[in-house]
Amino acid sequence: MPFIPHTQQDIDQMLSVIGVDSIDALFDEIPGELQTGIDGVPEGLGEMAVTRLMEERAARDPRDLCFIGAGAYDHHIPAAVWQITTRGEYYSAYTPYQAEASQGNLQLIYEYQTMMAGLTGMEVSNASMYDGASALGEAALMAVRANRRSRSRRILMPTTVNPLYRRTAEVIVGNQGITFEPLDYDPATGTIDSGSLPTDPGDVAALVIPQPNFFGALEDVDALTDWAHDQGALVIAVVNPTAMAVLSAPGSWGAEGADIVCGEGQPLGIPLSSGGPYYGFMCCRKSHLRQLPGRLVARAVDADGRDGYTLTLQAREQHIRRSKATSNICTNQGLMVTASTIYMALLGADGLAAVAGRSHANTRALVEKLTALPGVERAFGGAYFHEAVLRLPRPAGEVLEALAERGILGGCRLAGDYPELGEALLVSATERRTGADLDRYAAALAEVLA
Amino acid sequence: MSEIPTELRYTSSHEWVEDQGDGTVTLGVTDHAQDALGDLVFVELPEVGQELAAGDACAVVESVKAASDVYAPVKGSVVEVNEELEEHPEYVNEDPYGKGWLVRLELAEGVGLDDLLDAAAYQAVVEAEEE
Repeated sequence: MPFIPHTQQDIDQMLSVIGVDSIDALFDEIPGELQTGIDGVPEGLGEMAVTRLMEERAARDPRDLCFIGAGAYDHHIPAAVWQITTRGEYYSAYTPYQAEASQGNLQLIYEYQTMMAGLTGMEVSNASMYDGASALGEAALMAVRANRRSRSRRILMPTTVNPLYRRTAEVIVGNQGITFEPLDYDPATGTIDSGSLPTDPGDVAALVIPQPNFFGALEDVDALTDWAHDQGALVIAVVNPTAMAVLSAPGSWGAEGADIVCGEGQPLGIPLSSGGPYYGFMCCRKSHLRQLPGRLVARAVDADGRDGYTLTLQAREQHIRRSKATSNICTNQGLMVTASTIYMALLGADGLAAVAGRSHANTRALVEKLTALPGVERAFGGAYFHEAVLRLPRPAGEVLEALAERGILGGCRLAGDYPELGEALLVSATERRTGADLDRYAAALAEVLA
Repeated sequence: MSEIPTELRYTSSHEWVEDQGDGTVTLGVTDHAQDALGDLVFVELPEVGQELAAGDACAVVESVKAASDVYAPVKGSVVEVNEELEEHPEYVNEDPYGKGWLVRLELAEGVGLDDLLDAAAYQAVVEAEEE
């Protein structure tokens, strides 16, 4: 799509047609005190200065061996992914205006939705969200709207959900009177004990179930799902998409399956890049479709009976529903979605399962090597996917610093959010880590702890 | 020119109300409203048992490019909804005062329909809008 700049003459002509003196006058209805810019946002910089700044910042990204997961994962990204994604035809973060004129973009989003619905075992996927954390916030809002049996604004939130997600979601829903009530985990397993759930939780809109949870551990999703449905609560699944290639899909959890599924799309072909941009995904069962936020692309036929793609169910969205829209979100991280779609298409179901299997095997091998060291032990028993919590015999902060000096990013320290775990470290080894990498970590840790 | 049956009562937000004579009323959207919305693709109805105050949003009628709330004209509780609309939202377009009814309300105690518009008054509302 060509970039068409406006000349001053174009602008003057348009303004004179609508009878307005200046572009600024179009914003007159916004109160003056809100038009003054945002505190802390600096003045613009020229290209030369920005390039210099970005190069300096990029150089600060460590080239170390990465054993940190905690929500963002260092997976291999085939070179073709970003080669194709950055083609001019795809290179946009948004659905273009007059979306149906860009059939290629819409088809890609449609394929993405199909893949995500398949991966999560749900009937519907939207065209994406901002990131995993905000997707959880939107899922909470959606659950409160969609649960018509309940008028409750309470949501049960296990403490095994990523703490950053919980904090972000709370900011999103807090002003709407929705509360998250924590569910504690079993200190032996690091998962929600489905046997000790409250017998009478009262009126609850939804239960959030992470899989795998923040500790990498596998929740008893079937029992939790059935329990929630017995209470009249909906189930919001927060899942790692790579894990979905090998674990049972939320659509088949328990007797009825989850109601809403969300999560972080970064593992599917998006580089770590210092924390973003990433994207979120969101799927649901068809009966909740009208409460789903975000855009939806559908396949239809044109006047001549040929396949075509179109935005659909737009009456949920803000340009039609205004203040009663399901969300203020449109397309958002469309370019990331493009990359993920190409990533999934290149890998296929078997390829993604191989990534998941290798990441799991590597993490197991890493855990075995590290727990062979004196004083290093797993914090929890039970099954895990590609991440596990280790207890260290020395302060985790010091250990991580010493490992970093040896070129190793040793994991995520948990003391801030989980002080009860003591000197605990969350470690992960994706398919990119070789046996030699694991040995190098084990040797470095042995040296640091000696 | 839209149809405005004389035996019904109306609101300025384009709902019609029919007194069933047994303490319940049936309500829907007017012919004028369905015409303005265009072909409906979905109707969202309240749960049976839901308590509504006059003016509460109780249903949503949705066409391809518009969605409108339907407001309870009077205080009452939902005793029945037109479940056929789930499969056939087009009934609202085809027969807004018949097969396209939306909700049956049991009137709250002491509530009558006297404050609602009669056909002539509603006719004036529609004409004013069309000008």
